[in-house]
Amino acid sequence: MDEGFALTRFVLRRTFWAFFLFIVATFVTYVIFYVVPANPVSLINGAGGTTAGQHLRTTLHLDVPVFQQYWIFVWNIVRHGSLGYSFLDGSSVRSVLGREAPITGSLILGGAVLWLLLAIPIGIISAIRPRSLVDRFGMIFVLIGVSAPAVWLGLILAYSFGFKLGWTPIADYCNFFPTHGLTLCSGPARWAYHLVLPWTTFALLFAAIYTRMIRASVMETLSEDYVRTAKAKGAGSMRLLVHHVLRNSMLPVVTLLGLDLVALGITNAVWTETVFNLHGLGSEIGYAARVGNLPMAVGIVVVVTIAVIVLNFIVDVLYAFLDPRIRLST
Amino acid sequence: MALLEVTDLVTRFRTDDGIVQAVSGVSFSLDRGQTLGVVGESGSGKSVTFLTVMGLVDPRHADVTGSVRFDGNELLGASFSTLRKIRGQRIGMIFQDPMTSLNPVKRIGWQLEEAVLIHNDVSRSEARRRSLEVLDEVEIPRADARIDDYPHQFSGGMRQRVMIAMALINQPDLLIADEPTTALDVTTQAQILRLMKKLQDEHGTAIVMITHDLGVVAELADDAAVMYGGRIVEEAKVQDLFAQPEMPYTWGLLGSLPRADITAARLEQIPGQPPSLLRPPNGCAFNPRCAYAFDRCRAELPELRPSPTSGEHRFRCHLDDADRLRIWTAKKAELTSTEGTAA
Repeated sequence: MDEGFALTRFVLRRTFWAFFLFIVATFVTYVIFYVVPANPVSLINGAGGTTAGQHLRTTLHLDVPVFQQYWIFVWNIVRHGSLGYSFLDGSSVRSVLGREAPITGSLILGGAVLWLLLAIPIGIISAIRPRSLVDRFGMIFVLIGVSAPAVWLGLILAYSFGFKLGWTPIADYCNFFPTHGLTLCSGPARWAYHLVLPWTTFALLFAAIYTRMIRASVMETLSEDYVRTAKAKGAGSMRLLVHHVLRNSMLPVVTLLGLDLVALGITNAVWTETVFNLHGLGSEIGYAARVGNLPMAVGIVVVVTIAVIVLNFIVDVLYAFLDPRIRLST
Repeated sequence: MALLEVTDLVTRFRTDDGIVQAVSGVSFSLDRGQTLGVVGESGSGKSVTFLTVMGLVDPRHADVTGSVRFDGNELLGASFSTLRKIRGQRIGMIFQDPMTSLNPVKRIGWQLEEAVLIHNDVSRSEARRRSLEVLDEVEIPRADARIDDYPHQFSGGMRQRVMIAMALINQPDLLIADEPTTALDVTTQAQILRLMKKLQDEHGTAIVMITHDLGVVAELADDAAVMYGGRIVEEAKVQDLFAQPEMPYTWGLLGSLPRADITAARLEQIPGQPPSLLRPPNGCAFNPRCAYAFDRCRAELPELRPSPTSGEHRFRCHLDDADRLRIWTAKKAELTSTEGTAA
C-alpha cells in the first residue's frame, strides 16, 4: 500500500477515535451525575429560598433535560473554550484545572521516572541472574508493593521519613518554575524536595509490578532464537544485552506504561494527593465526586481523556520507533 | 589433524523432573573441507551435541564432560573470551528457523556488519562492503537495495540465505548447519542445499549438516552419523551407509525415505516414540521399537563396533553378522519391489 495513504488513514482513524472517546467519557460522567442524587442548587445556595433557587436552576441550565445540558457543555467548549464554572464557588473550571494539572502531572511523571529507574535495572539483573540475591529481594519488594495500598504506604513514609526523621516535607507543593511575590516556595529544587515522598509512594506501588514484568520480558527475549544467533556470532554479554535484548524486551513495557500512567496513575493520585496535601486533579476529583460538583468532575474527565489520547499517541510513536514491523505495516 | 575432534561428549541437563542425559558419549571427527551429515529424530541429541560444541548450552542447567578439540584447541572448559573468538569467526552456525533467527528490530545490513565488527578491527564502511559482497555471494538479488531492509521484509528462503551469509562472512573453517532446510518449502530447500554446496566448493569450509532428512545427507555429506537416544548408533561413508546399513534403526530410516528411483508399495514407518531421555530404556535405546530385539538387547548396551566390510563403518547392534545380512537383504528386496503397486 502507498505509504502516504496509509499514514493519512492512520491519522484519520486516530482522530475519529479521539473524538469518540471524548464524547463517551464526558457523556457517561454527565449521566452518572444524574443517576446519583445530588442537589447543586443547595450546594450553592445553602437551604435558600425558592425564588433564588429557581433563578439558579435557570442560570445553571438545570431546568432543561440532561441531553440538552450536555449539548450546552459541548457547545461552551467549542464556542468559548470554557469548561464551565464550579458549583461550589463559581470559579472557572479551566483555570482551576490549569493550576492543578501540573501538580498531578509532576506527581505521576516524576513517580514514573523513579519507578522505571528502579524497575529497569532490577528487572534486568534478576532476569540475567534468576534465583540470585537481587532476584529474591526483588520478589519480596514486589509482594510488598503489590499488597500495599497507596494511603497506607504514603502515611508510613510520611511518618517515618518526614515526621520521625525529618528528612523531607510531609505535605504541600512548590511550583517548578520560580515565581516571585507572595508564593512561599518555588523553583526546581524545592519542587523536587517536596515531591520526594509522593514520588516514592508512587514508585514503590508500581516499581514492583514493573520489575516483575521487565524480568519476564527480558527472560523471554533471552531465549529467543535471534539471541542464540547473536551468541553464535560471538557477541559478548554486554553487546547481547544492549543490542539484541533490551529493545525487544521494552515493547510490552511501553504498552503497559501508556495504560498505567493515566488509568492507575489518576486512581492512585486520588489517595497520594490526599495524604500529602497536594491540591491536584486527584484530590479535586475525589472532592468533586463527593459533593456533586459536576462541572469540576466533567472538567477533570476532559483533562484525563486528553491525557489518554496524547499518551496513546506517544506510545504509538514509540512503538513504531522500537519495532520496524509496526512502522512498515500500518 | 582433524579440524574437529569430539571424544566421549556427555551433556546432561538438570531439570525439575530429574537429570536428562541428552548426549551420552558421542565421539566423531571431521577433517577440513569435509561434510558430516548427522541424522536423527527430534530428541536424538543431534542439536544438543553441536550446541555443546559451540558452548551454547547454559552452564547453569547443563553438565558437560568429554572433549571437544577444534583445530587442536580444547573448547570444553575454555574461557568465555576464547569461545567468543571462535564463534562466528572460525565456526559459523545456522539454525532451523530463519523466521525467528534474525533480530526483528535490526536491519539485516546491521546484523551482517555486526558479525564482521565483532571479530575484525575494521571501519563500518568496510564491514558494509563485505556484507554486500557476501549477500551477492548467497545470491540475494539487488543486494545493495535490500541491505537496509528488515528481516520481516524477506521470505523464509531469503532469510536463510542471509543467515548463511552471516555465518560465512568471516570465512570460518567450519559451518554447523542445524536443520537449515527444515522450515523451508521443497523448492527452496533444494536451492539452499545447492548454495551451501557451491560455497563449500569455493571456500573449502567443512560442514556439519544436522538433519532428520536422509535425502539431505545423501545430497551433501561425505560421512554420515546416525544418532538415536543421545548416542551415535551408526557411522559410515555416505555411500556405505546407503548401500549396506548395519542396524535396525537405520533400516527403518531408509525404509521411511521416499525415493524417486524406487517404487515402494508404501513408505515404512518406525513404530513407537523416541525414548525418554529422562528414563532411558535399559540396554539398547532402540530395543522397545525394534522388531528384532532379543533378551540381550534389553540388558546390555551394544558397543559401537566395525562392520565386517569396512573398519570405517561402525554401528551398534547385538544381531550377528549373518542375521543382519539376511534381514537387510530381505528388506532391500521388499523396499525395491514393485509388485502389487499398480496404483
